[in-house]
Amino acid sequence: MTTAVDSTRSKRDAPYEGPLLDVRDLHVEFVTRDGVAKAVNGVDYSVRAGETLAVLGESGSGKSVTAQAIMGILDMPPARIPRGEIRFRGRDMLKMGKEERRKIRGQEIAMIFQDALSSLNPVLSVGFQLGEMFRAHQGASRKEARDKAVELMDRVRIPAAKQRVNDYPHQFSGGMRQRIMIAMALALEPDLIIADEPTTALDVTVQAQVMDLLAELQAEYNMGLILITHDLGVVADVADKIAVMYAGRIVETAPVHELYARPAHPYTRGLLDSIPRLDQKGQELYAIKGLPPNLLRIPKGCAFNPRCPRAQDRCRAEVPELYPVTEDDGAPLAGRGSACFFWKETLHDR
Amino acid sequence: MPDVHDENSYEPHPKPGVSHLDYAGEQGMAVEQGTLVEADPVKREEARSLWGDAWRDLRRRPIFLISAVLILLLVVMAIFPWAFTDADPRKADLVHNYLRRPDWTDFFGAGWFGYDGQGRSIYARVVYGARASITVGICVTLAVTVLGGLTGMVAGYFGGGIDAVISRIIDIFFGIPLLLGALVLLNAFTTRTVWSVVIALGVLGWTQIARVMRGAVLTVKQADYVVAGRALGAGTGRLMFRHILPNAIAPVIVVATIALGGYIATEATLSFLGIGLQDPTISWGIDISSAQKVIRTAPFALFFPAAALSVTVLAFIMLGDAVRDALDPKLR
Amino acid sequence: MGSYVLRRVLQMIPVFFGTTLLIFLMVYTLPGDPVTALFGEKAADPAVVASIKHQYYLDQPVWKQYLHYMGNLFQGDFGTSFTGRPVSDIMANAFPVTIRLALLAFVFELVLGLALGLVSGLRRGSIQDTLVLVLTLVVISIPVFVLAYIAQTIFATNLGWVTPTVQDSRDLSQLILPAIVLGSLSLAYVARLTRTSIGENLRADYIRTAVAKGLPRRTIVSRHLLRNSLIPVVTFLGTDLGALMGGAIVTEGIFNVQGVGNVLYRAINQKEGPTVVGIVTVLVIVYLVASLLVDLLYAVLDPRIRYA
Repeated sequence: MTTAVDSTRSKRDAPYEGPLLDVRDLHVEFVTRDGVAKAVNGVDYSVRAGETLAVLGESGSGKSVTAQAIMGILDMPPARIPRGEIRFRGRDMLKMGKEERRKIRGQEIAMIFQDALSSLNPVLSVGFQLGEMFRAHQGASRKEARDKAVELMDRVRIPAAKQRVNDYPHQFSGGMRQRIMIAMALALEPDLIIADEPTTALDVTVQAQVMDLLAELQAEYNMGLILITHDLGVVADVADKIAVMYAGRIVETAPVHELYARPAHPYTRGLLDSIPRLDQKGQELYAIKGLPPNLLRIPKGCAFNPRCPRAQDRCRAEVPELYPVTEDDGAPLAGRGSACFFWKETLHDR
Repeated sequence: MPDVHDENSYEPHPKPGVSHLDYAGEQGMAVEQGTLVEADPVKREEARSLWGDAWRDLRRRPIFLISAVLILLLVVMAIFPWAFTDADPRKADLVHNYLRRPDWTDFFGAGWFGYDGQGRSIYARVVYGARASITVGICVTLAVTVLGGLTGMVAGYFGGGIDAVISRIIDIFFGIPLLLGALVLLNAFTTRTVWSVVIALGVLGWTQIARVMRGAVLTVKQADYVVAGRALGAGTGRLMFRHILPNAIAPVIVVATIALGGYIATEATLSFLGIGLQDPTISWGIDISSAQKVIRTAPFALFFPAAALSVTVLAFIMLGDAVRDALDPKLR
Repeated sequence: MGSYVLRRVLQMIPVFFGTTLLIFLMVYTLPGDPVTALFGEKAADPAVVASIKHQYYLDQPVWKQYLHYMGNLFQGDFGTSFTGRPVSDIMANAFPVTIRLALLAFVFELVLGLALGLVSGLRRGSIQDTLVLVLTLVVISIPVFVLAYIAQTIFATNLGWVTPTVQDSRDLSQLILPAIVLGSLSLAYVARLTRTSIGENLRADYIRTAVAKGLPRRTIVSRHLLRNSLIPVVTFLGTDLGALMGGAIVTEGIFNVQGVGNVLYRAINQKEGPTVVGIVTVLVIVYLVASLLVDLLYAVLDPRIRYA
C-alpha cells in the first residue's frame, strides 16, 4: 500500500503540461437483446487542472456513459468500448491493467453520484464508508480512518461531525448525504472529480448550497471538474466551458457565456428557448418537437435532423463533424465548435 | 474493466409499468421547466404495459417454452388419459406380469415401462396418475389464491386494526408446517379423495399468498394513481378491483405458480405416507410407496412414477421462475 | 432496539396461543374417536371408554380441555399419552435425535447453500452458475422421499458406504446421509436466494460507489456485498430450522431414525392426541423463538430497522 501511495505522489509531483484528462474519439456500445445500442459515438473532450467542464445532455445522450467509461465502472459486458482513448495525465487508461486502474479510482479520479441515499451503503456508518478510502488506499488503521472521516465531515460543513460519524446514511437529510458523497470524493484529494447530476435529487434551496460547496472546494484544491447535468441553470454559474451532447456525440462546445449568448447548434438553441423567461410572459413556451432518438436506430445523417427546424437534405445524408466556429470575418472563436452544417446561420439567428 | 460490477447497472430496458404516456407527460413538464427530458434511451416508441412486456419477454425464453409445452401435455394427459394408452391401469395380472421388466420395443404399449407388483402396466398408471396430481395442484392453487388473495387484499387495503388481526391470524396458520397440519387434518377423513386433499392443503396453504398479496397491496396503495382515484371519489370496491388488484397481482401469480409444483409434491408425499389419496385413485405417490418394497429387485417400478412426479413439479417451478423473471425487471 | 424486541415478544403471545389452539382443535374436534381406536378390532366396553375419556379430560367441551391443557403446560406437564407414558418422557427420547439431525442438515444447507449461491451470484451466466441453477432446480423438483431412495441406492446399495437405514439414532455419523437428504431442498432454496440477492445487490448504486472508490474486489464483496445480500437469506434460514424438524417425518421414516418425526407419524396414525399436541406445541415454540432470533439478527444486519 505504501509503495502505491509513493508512486502516485511522485507521479503527481512530476510536471505535466498537457490536459489532465483527454478523451479522444470514444465509442461505447451496449449489447442488448434487441441489438447494439450505440451510446457514445466518438466523443472528444479535455479538462485541465482547475477547470470545470459541464457536459449537458438528456438521458441517453451518452453523458453519463462517457463518465462511467472514464471512471472504468462500466459493466462490460453488456458495454464495450470498440474505439477511443481516455488519456489521464497523458496515459491511456484503456490500456492499463485492472489493478493500475483501480488505484486511480478514488485516488486520482473520484466520482459523485446523483442519488446519495442509494449510492451510500445503507448498512455501514458514514464514518466507516469515508474512512474506507484511507484504509484501502493508504493502509490507515481503523482509528486513523475514523479521525480522518470526522475531519472530512467537518470540511464539508456537516454540523456535529464527531457525534454523527457513526450514524447511518438514512439518518441524514438529502443535502447532508450529498455532502458526504462530496467528502468521500475529496478524501484523497484527487486531481479530477466527475460529478454526475450532483444536485438533481435535491431541493432547489439545497442545490445551490451543495453546488457552491463543490465549486469552492474545487478552487481550493485546484481540481479538474466534469459536471454532468441536464439542467441548464446549474451550469451557468460554475462551469468554464460546456459540451452539449446529443445521441452520443458532442454537438456543440463553447465557453459558458458564449454558449448562452450565441448558440451555434439548433439543438442548443432549442434548449435555451425552452427555458421560461420573465420577459416572455403570456407567450407560449417553445418546446423541441419530437422525442430523443432510439440508440438502437439512430437516424441517418445528423442524429438531430428529424427534430431540427433547419434540416435540409444534406442533414439527412451526411453526418456533420464538429466544425470550428468563427466570426463572420473568419476570426476564430476560442474553444467553440458546432456539429451543424448551418452553424453560421444558427449563430446569427435571433 | 470494472471488477465487481458484472451485471448491468445501466439498464437498457425501460421499466415496465412506465408507459409511453408517462414519458410524454414527463417530457412536457420537463421542457416547460427548461430542463431536458430524462427519458430512457432505448425502445421508446411502443407503448407497453407490464403484461405486454412480460409476454414479449416470455416468448423468447426457452425455459418458458419447455415448461409450457410440458404443462400443456400434462393437462391433456390429465383430461384424456385414454388418448395416450390403450392399457387399463387397474388391470392386474400377477400370473404373467408380476414385476415384468420394461420392454423398450413396446412403444406406448402396456409393457413399455414394465409392470408393477400387482402386474399392472406402469406406463398406464403413470399416464392415469397425472389426473390426481394436476387436479390437486390446480385446485389447491386456485383455492389458496382466492382465499389468500382476498384476505391479503383486505388486510393491506384497510390496514389498522383489521390488518393487525388478519396478520396475527396469518401468523397463527403460518406456524403450522403444511405437511404436519395436512397429516392431522387428513387423518380425520376415513375415505380420502382428491377433494379431501384439496381442502386440507387449501385450509393450511393460503397464508403464503395472503402475505404476498398484503405486501403488494401496501406498496400499490401508495401509488399516485390510487391516491388520485380516491381523490376523484372512486368507491372502495372500484379502487380495490380496478386500480389496486391489477397492479398487485403480479407477485401473487409468480408465487402461486411456483407453489403449484409444491402442492403436487406435497400431495405425493401425503399419499406416499399413506394419509393422502387412497385406492382406487391412481396417484404417483401411492405407486412410489408400494414400489419401495421391491426397490432392489424392480427399481423401474419406483423410477417411472418418481420421474413423472419430478418432471411435473419441475415444469411448474420452471414456469414460475420464467414468469417471475419476466415480471421483475430488476432481475434481468 | 429494546422497544422493538418488546413489541416482537408481545406479538408472539397471541400467535403462540392461536397456533396451539388451532392444532388442539384439529386433533380433538375432528371426527375419529381416539379411545375407540385404542381398542382396535376389539369391541370396547362403554364403561371403560367413558372412564378413559374422563381420565383424559375428553368428556369436557373442547375449550375447557384446551384451558386445562395450557394450565398443565405452564407447569411443565405435557400430559400423558393413551399408553400411559408421559408425553414429556416420549419427547425427551425423540427430540435430541431430531435436533441433531436438523442441526446437521442446517449446517449442511447453510455452508454449501451460501457457497453455491455466492459462486453463481458473482459469476452470472458462467458455467458454474448454470450448473448451480440446474442442480438446484432438479433438487427442488424431486420430492424428498424420492431423493431419499436415490441416496439410499447410491450410497448404501451401490457404494456400500453406509447401511440403508440408521442402526443407532444416537450415532452422529449415521445421521449424516439422512441430514443431507433432509437439508437438500432448503439447500437449493438457500443457494437460489443467495444468488438472486447477490445479483440484485451487485447492481445497487452503493456497489457502483464502492467500485468508484477504488476498493479492491475482495473488500467490495466481503464488506459491501455479502452483508447486504445475507439479509433475505437470514430470514429464510431462521424459519427453516423449525421447518426442518417438522419436515423430518418423511426422512426419519425412510431412514428409520428414531426421532420426533417417527414418533409423530405413529401418533397421528393412532390418533394419539396428547403426543401429537405436545410435539407440535414444542415445534411451534421452536419456530416462534427462531423467528424472534431472525428479527433480532435482521436488526443487527440492517440499521434501518434498528432505528425505525
